[in-house]
Amino acid sequence: MNSYVKLKTARKNGRPTGSAYIEKIIDYPIEFHGDRRFGDDLAIMGGVGFLEGKPVTFLAMEKGKDLESRLVRNFGCPKPEGYRKALRLMKQAEKFHRPVICFVDTLGAYPGADAEERGQGQAIAESILEMMGLKVPVISVVIGEGGSGGALALASANRVMILENAVYSVISPEGCASILWKESTQENVAKAAECLHITAQDMKDFEVAEEIIPEDFENFSKMCEDMKTILTTAIQELSALSEEEIVRQRYQRFRKFGIFEEKKGRLFKK
Amino acid sequence: MSFIDNLMQKYNSSAKITCKKCNFEETIGNLEQHDYICSNCGNYYRLDARARIKLVTDRNSFKELDKGLISKDFLEFPNYQEKLEKTRHDTNEDDAVVCGTCFIADNECALFVMNSKFIMASMGSVVGEKITRLFEYATEHQLPVVGFTASGGARMQEGVISLMQMAKVSGAVKQHSNAGLLYITVLTDPTTGGVTASFAMQGDIILAEPKALVGFAGRRVVEQTTKSKLPDNFQKAEFLLEHGFIDAIVPRPEMRDVLAELLMMHQGGAKA
Repeated sequence: MNSYVKLKTARKNGRPTGSAYIEKIIDYPIEFHGDRRFGDDLAIMGGVGFLEGKPVTFLAMEKGKDLESRLVRNFGCPKPEGYRKALRLMKQAEKFHRPVICFVDTLGAYPGADAEERGQGQAIAESILEMMGLKVPVISVVIGEGGSGGALALASANRVMILENAVYSVISPEGCASILWKESTQENVAKAAECLHITAQDMKDFEVAEEIIPEDFENFSKMCEDMKTILTTAIQELSALSEEEIVRQRYQRFRKFGIFEEKKGRLFKK
Repeated sequence: MSFIDNLMQKYNSSAKITCKKCNFEETIGNLEQHDYICSNCGNYYRLDARARIKLVTDRNSFKELDKGLISKDFLEFPNYQEKLEKTRHDTNEDDAVVCGTCFIADNECALFVMNSKFIMASMGSVVGEKITRLFEYATEHQLPVVGFTASGGARMQEGVISLMQMAKVSGAVKQHSNAGLLYITVLTDPTTGGVTASFAMQGDIILAEPKALVGFAGRRVVEQTTKSKLPDNFQKAEFLLEHGFIDAIVPRPEMRDVLAELLMMHQGGAKA
């Protein structure tokens, strides 16, 4: 399947959204609301529950299933208050020593005037900064779209997994196409998707994701059972580390990213 | 060699330059004396990294770190290689950030300066790596960090690897912060996208130049999303100050003194 088909698949109507995974994977979930500063952003759900008998904090971006719920969920595009709620719950998880599981699915952080006024950039920056210092294990699963900084704000994790047909990108292929070729026609978007390397396999190759999770939406319960096993194993492994090691492992995970040449001295003298 | 230096060499200090905002003509020598601020309308000319360093640091105190890191077109992205080569040639810089140590009125610090003349100072592997190394160096040597930001955001030509730089730098900022060390950011025109959404907004103290554009999403995208006309000062430093996202707006001629005072005030913070 090429990148554009993957992109279409990742965005397809009827694809399970964040809440579906919480329902199947987290036992006895209790949802928590609000950032305690401005409001409650329903594009991000968060709360506590059990994973195989152990308490966890869960966070999930939720796009909604039909027009009505999509409007309520702002199509899964979080505003600053969403990221601040997520961060509040992550700090809470740290205080009570429970791991965090994030389900990532967003076209990107909401680019509206209200979001800018309330500091969208600052909210994401703070989320990433604090996640990089979090003393509990964090696992992120990209279940649909991993849209740029808005996705990374919940994916600065110890381990990242990605669904077989999910995508992860620095910029939406539409945005990229309109910058490169002025027009985001279907053909240009397809080309941009190709150029950007956004598929799950690309993420595995770049080590941006450690694991690709197979999709089987026909047997969603079974798929989630398997996912539960994968998550539980990962949490067990990470929980064996000390707090310091957890932070160090996460830093080293991101520290390695970067492809460049290094030469001694200045090369480009006139 | 800076953009202005280039101009100086090409012409000389008596050559004229025209302000983009008001079309006022003045000599380059005059402009330099006024910190590259138009003496007619007060427009701030964008500075490249070398001119900024010269303006802010004590004479000959700047020692550059991590020179010679070169971006690679590892995705074989359309026109990226050509763009890199042309920009390297035009700017005589390796990439979009210059890092090093310096003294600002006798206060030692680590310094990074982004250069909007290099592919709009977009952040790819090299920018991320150099700033990360600077924070690691500063943590090891117990130095405060001063960073001048300017950026169009993450460098899309390096795909998801450029996105990862946001978390990489943030991790280094966090370690520096945990060591009790000071980080001051100075937001300059324009600071947007993934740089705003990471280290630009992570300073203990966040300063900005007057009227600098600072935001996450681009103005055009916001306009399309909001379907209404935005106020003129939308995403300007003054707008951010009003909404509580920066500590102070500092005019360019005062920047050096303000930074010096802040550095002096926090001296020994980590060691005391």
